[in-house]
Amino acid sequence: MIEIVDLHKSFGDNKVLDGVNLTINKGETTTIIGRSGGGKSVLLKHIIGLVKPDSGRILIDGEDITLYKNEKLVKLRQRFGMLFQSSALFDSMTVEENVGLGLREHTKLPEDEIRGIVNEKLRLVGLRGVEDVKPAELSGGMKKRVGLARAIAMNPEYILYDEPTTGLDPIMADAINYLIIRMKNELNVTSIAVTHDIVSAYKISNRIAMIYEGKIIFVGTPEEVKSTDDPIVRQFVEGKATGIIKAV
Amino acid sequence: MGMGLVSYIGSKALGFFTDVGGVAILLKAIVFNLPRLFKNFHLTVEQMVFIGVNSLPLIIFVSIFTGAVSSVQAAYQFHNYVPMRYLGTAVGKAVVIELGPVLTALVVAGRVGAAIAAELGTMKVTEQIDALETLAIDPIHYLVVPRFISGITMLPILVLFSDLVAILGALVVAVVFVDVSAHTFLSGLKMFFHLSDLFAGLFKAFIFGGIIATIGCYQGFKTTGGAEGVGTSTTKAVVISSVLILVADYVIASFLFG
Repeated sequence: MIEIVDLHKSFGDNKVLDGVNLTINKGETTTIIGRSGGGKSVLLKHIIGLVKPDSGRILIDGEDITLYKNEKLVKLRQRFGMLFQSSALFDSMTVEENVGLGLREHTKLPEDEIRGIVNEKLRLVGLRGVEDVKPAELSGGMKKRVGLARAIAMNPEYILYDEPTTGLDPIMADAINYLIIRMKNELNVTSIAVTHDIVSAYKISNRIAMIYEGKIIFVGTPEEVKSTDDPIVRQFVEGKATGIIKAV
Repeated sequence: MGMGLVSYIGSKALGFFTDVGGVAILLKAIVFNLPRLFKNFHLTVEQMVFIGVNSLPLIIFVSIFTGAVSSVQAAYQFHNYVPMRYLGTAVGKAVVIELGPVLTALVVAGRVGAAIAAELGTMKVTEQIDALETLAIDPIHYLVVPRFISGITMLPILVLFSDLVAILGALVVAVVFVDVSAHTFLSGLKMFFHLSDLFAGLFKAFIFGGIIATIGCYQGFKTTGGAEGVGTSTTKAVVISSVLILVADYVIASFLFG
């Protein structure tokens, strides 16, 4: 279980997180929705220790990971996998090297075993025969799949998804939604996704949390989101430019 | 307007000290990561090839002309005042102490410093550095240390080549155009040759290599804002390391020869 307690973060004068409180249950997929630039990605990066908060705590199984440094942080990160918005594949490496990097760095497994694991992970995300290709030759959807294979290579307990469907066509986006659900069911992982794709959020989530002006203002199941009277949540999920949330 | 100027100077000064502090923190991180150098040593070998071997043709080309022009210029200055048997002495000293290390470093700063900043800067803005960290791989260990070690080892080796080629270039020009015999030139070269001069030049190269790699990595890591940001970092890496090379050259010279 991950508990985020009163998390604050500013960049210069810009208050991005202004007292975020959120609990993420084990084995569930929790999706954080909100506007672009609303601090969703920053919140995600706090959970894996890429960004340090100004104040507040993030408890993972009761331990405050914002205090972690060096070895402890390395150990913590091995329990996580993260899929980046732009996939963030290493463009100097082949697909096989990208997916196998964590295994080669952190385990002493023999080379043929690593290749076996890499192939298995690539198959799990629906890719075959691209092992020796460089990322530049792949389409956006294939890059996401490779990014996901890399994220699950070390069998993480948690997967973080940063805008998993952004920039993909609706069919490819749904294929990624399906993969996220499949990861949860087959690998039994806890997932946290941030997105502004409300269709995707409804499909993949056990619970949806909405971030607005640096705070979580609503948490509920997809059904609860669909039936809520909260005007801010309604405006966001219906995608209206007029209302409490200002478009500009 | 007065306040505008004050706040402009203030923000520039703040930026300067932030950078000095940032580079110091980076250097400390490099030192703390040195014990793990031989894990992933293939990355260091790759960088040594890129920084050292691949720079060699350019360095040789530049050095031939450096030697040639110093021979021509020295002969012109000596004309009617200093005997030409000192031509080899003057050219040898100038090349080994000053021209070899500084010109090699400036050329490498342009070629390698820019490439380091552009590569790491692109990795930064495309979240590849973040991705390394989420895989629990320290970017200092994985990206910076290999470049730093290659910089401080390859620069002295490049300078050795540069010294040799420049003196050969000077010799050829002396024989063909200045009418000084090879024997005269070489005996002049040997007359006041001190091994300590050569080591001073190589020590400079070692420091310059460290400057190029560190500034390149630092500028790469602090890149923000897409393609434009990468361009800015690349320019800054070349300009700042070139200036620092000249400043360091003076400081080292005043300690060793002052």
